[in-house]
Amino acid sequence: MSNRKDPPGSQPFMKRPDNTAFKQQKLPAWSPTLKAETVLPFFFLSGVACILIGVLICITAAGVQEIKVDYTEESDCTDCYSLRLDRANSIIDCACTVSFSLSEAFKGDVFMYYGLANFHQNQRHYMVSRDNAQLVGRQYNLKNPSITCIPFDKYKNGTPIAPCGAIANSIFNDTLQLFYHPDKNTETPVPLLKTDISWFTDRTVKFQNPSPKANLTAAFAGTARPFYWWKPVYQLSEEENNNGFMNEDLIVWMRQAAFPSFKKLYRRLNRTQEFNDGLPAGNYSVKISYNYPVGKFKGRKSVILSTVSWLGGQSNFLGVAYCASGAIILIVAIILTVVHLKFKKKSLGLEEE
Amino acid sequence: VRCPEGKLSLYCKGADTIIYERLHPACKTLKDVTTEHLDVSGSEGLRTLVLAYKDLEEGYFEDWRARHHTASTALEEREEKLDELYEEIEKNLQLLGATAIEDKLQDGVPQTIEQLAKADIKMWVLTGDKQETAVNIGYACNMLREEMNDVFIISANTAEDVREELRNARRKIKPETIEAEPIFEVKQPKNKSAVLPEDTVEGEYGLVINGHSLAYGLEKSMEVEFLRTVCMCKTVICCRVTPLQKAQVVQLVKKYKKAITLAIGDGANDVSMIKAAHIGVGISGQEGMQAVLSSDFSFAQFRYLQRLLLVHGRWSYIRMCKFLNYFFYKNFTFTLVHFWYGFFCGFSAQTVYDEWYITLYNLVYTSLPVLGMSLFDQDVSDRWSLEYPKLYEPGQLNMYFSIGSFIKCLLHSIYSSLILFFIPYGAMYDTMRDDGKDLADYQSFALLAQTCLLIAVSIQLGLDTAYWTSVNQLFMWGSLAIYFAITLTMYSNGMYLIFTASFPFIGTARNSLNQPNVWLTILLTTILCVLPVVAYRFSRTELRPTINDKVRYKVSKSKHAPPPQATRARIRRTSSRRSGYAFSHAQGYGDLITSSRYLRKNMATFSPRSKTNAKQPGTVLKTYRAVKDTVVDKTL
Repeated sequence: MSNRKDPPGSQPFMKRPDNTAFKQQKLPAWSPTLKAETVLPFFFLSGVACILIGVLICITAAGVQEIKVDYTEESDCTDCYSLRLDRANSIIDCACTVSFSLSEAFKGDVFMYYGLANFHQNQRHYMVSRDNAQLVGRQYNLKNPSITCIPFDKYKNGTPIAPCGAIANSIFNDTLQLFYHPDKNTETPVPLLKTDISWFTDRTVKFQNPSPKANLTAAFAGTARPFYWWKPVYQLSEEENNNGFMNEDLIVWMRQAAFPSFKKLYRRLNRTQEFNDGLPAGNYSVKISYNYPVGKFKGRKSVILSTVSWLGGQSNFLGVAYCASGAIILIVAIILTVVHLKFKKKSLGLEEE
Repeated sequence: VRCPEGKLSLYCKGADTIIYERLHPACKTLKDVTTEHLDVSGSEGLRTLVLAYKDLEEGYFEDWRARHHTASTALEEREEKLDELYEEIEKNLQLLGATAIEDKLQDGVPQTIEQLAKADIKMWVLTGDKQETAVNIGYACNMLREEMNDVFIISANTAEDVREELRNARRKIKPETIEAEPIFEVKQPKNKSAVLPEDTVEGEYGLVINGHSLAYGLEKSMEVEFLRTVCMCKTVICCRVTPLQKAQVVQLVKKYKKAITLAIGDGANDVSMIKAAHIGVGISGQEGMQAVLSSDFSFAQFRYLQRLLLVHGRWSYIRMCKFLNYFFYKNFTFTLVHFWYGFFCGFSAQTVYDEWYITLYNLVYTSLPVLGMSLFDQDVSDRWSLEYPKLYEPGQLNMYFSIGSFIKCLLHSIYSSLILFFIPYGAMYDTMRDDGKDLADYQSFALLAQTCLLIAVSIQLGLDTAYWTSVNQLFMWGSLAIYFAITLTMYSNGMYLIFTASFPFIGTARNSLNQPNVWLTILLTTILCVLPVVAYRFSRTELRPTINDKVRYKVSKSKHAPPPQATRARIRRTSSRRSGYAFSHAQGYGDLITSSRYLRKNMATFSPRSKTNAKQPGTVLKTYRAVKDTVVDKTL
């Protein structure tokens, strides 16, 4: 039947590929097609599911309470703002107070954040300007900061900076104190916690003090504070386990934000005494030690108080997005169903070749 | 012929009727026996020859030779005088016997040609045989049919005559083109040759041209004219073609037509043609291995060409196009997200993703699934591909990857990148973890964005894959699993402490991936990226189904019934005028063939001439001829 003749001297069918399913491209397979029976129900289901999820998220987000007070130029902070426009004034202290009131009590855990706007922590040169090995507490890197920190790595006389880099250098240094005014004359400081505001992994692994951990002054001997700091790093806090590189404010600041307007956790409510259930409704004020100069780059500063839910903060975006997507999907599903039904005759004409 | 002993003999070969006339009466019994044998072999389709001889006397031969010399130098009526002499000497021969040569067409040749013709592939035959042989082959292979409107024969001897015959042919096919033709001749830019536009033609025409005329047709001044006429015909048979001319024909088509050419041949004389065409196919067989060695593809039987083109060629094209489309999509999406992020990071070229992710994205996370799709994808199985040659059309029309589809891919990428950036941005920028801690930091956002991207492009690949083998499944889900495994490893404590500078993302996976917020964002992003594609493809299938969609619909409908036999088509042998025997004698055989004398002994075993199925064993009236030289020409 066949005219094939193998080249003389060779084994018959030596070059023939194996007759396995793999080599003959006959592997068993699932070959799905976009059929109306699968696509249309899927669209309807996803549309409905999206709307349900969206509604759930919206309800949850509505249950979160948040208040944001922009204090850059608020009431008596305007003077401080103008003061801070000039760098020479940085030695002058400036304090101001901002008042606000909570119409409803904030029930549950309350968190206090400072927010910055128009501050690009995600700028590329800024982002790389840190030395993670130094922050882990390695002796060598403590005295020899990485070149990525330049020009914030050494003083002119060669003293290394700890922590080096632009990120550490620009740490947020306003101090905010929250006061509750149950009535016009009394002023109760709201008890706030400074610890456990950073990620567990950051605290325990990423940031470690150099040894000897007990005596930080000695540990950091031979290094100097960053240019813009008032105090060296081992004097950031009096508390023992919140000092040095492990100061949680430093840790929180070093976790760079993704976007130019962000908020970072500053303090947690200590739920004691009258703040057992959270923050009661009423008048509050924030006493600010206004140090951080944002005027030059037209930044904004704010203080934010917020409760949380299993979804996080009071961000409506996800809920609205889900609802909107669900609605669009349902509309598309209806359109597709109409198309399918209308062209049903035509699709039966698929029989034609 | 002079024997070593000095005896002169005349040996003669030829067709039986001619030789029989010249035999000595003493050979009668032998003649009858021989005739019987000839009938048997003839009915099996063998080329038969009869041999006879005669001893010559010296004197007579000398005399004959002298007269022959005179006749051959005669000034007039040379042919007739020579004929006379030949008639004189070839008399009273003694019958030696008969030979029968088998020179069959391979199995499946007519069906292959028919299927390929259905796939819009034009086929030309270029052979060194004589015209009658070539024409007989044409009828045998179903390339020339009785239903054809006309079959033109171009066999002129001078350039002008050839041009005239071509013009006549064209006048008959499409009269209106004759007036418009000068336009194309003149416009010949220096370096680039213009492309000959396709002429639509009503009716089917065949054209036979012999090598001598072809030589004139291929001249510079006439090649365009020639090609134009020739391309209007459905089948072209060139006979008495030299190997060089074969290559020239192929080059002519390549130059002036926007078509891909494939040349298939089995002998050393086909090598130049095989090399000249875009794709060269060699048939390994009795004629040696030269064709095979110089070809791009080689196999042993002509009918495998059908499988090569309709199954493997088509699959290869589809796989390649899907691969390209997907590759551009995933890389554009990946890159455009950075463009949007630029607005938020002061255009400082900060990458959205972790650097390791960028390294491993194309290398590990998305490489194997794409590879799996490009290796195993089949839109329809091979039997269905052979069943519907029309599926071949998209490849010819460049439908699956062109400027248009590239732009579509780009737009799709832009849309996807918008979703992949702005949904995570919106979800993240103002929120925190469920314990109040930071979630809007760069590292968490990077992890979220990269996870969304990978899941979205993986699902897109899943939509593109039409044929899910176990290998595909493994690659797809395995890649996603690998992504999570590698990410968790890279963001672990151990890696950080060993390679501090390289893995700064420590803890990110653990702290952000346990947030329902993050997973809801991933879900929404995926849904928004994928559903428009599904909707678009579904509506396109409904509103404007392509041939592919139609066949797949049919496949899915007949899932329980096995696909029909691949060789369902039958050759319609309605020709009653052609006997199909390929003799190469010039004259006088028409009568013989159409008379029943030759076939008298075997009437009972003949099947009706109208439907001959080549697969049925025992059918007698089959014509076999080795298909020697065929040029297959795919349009556009």
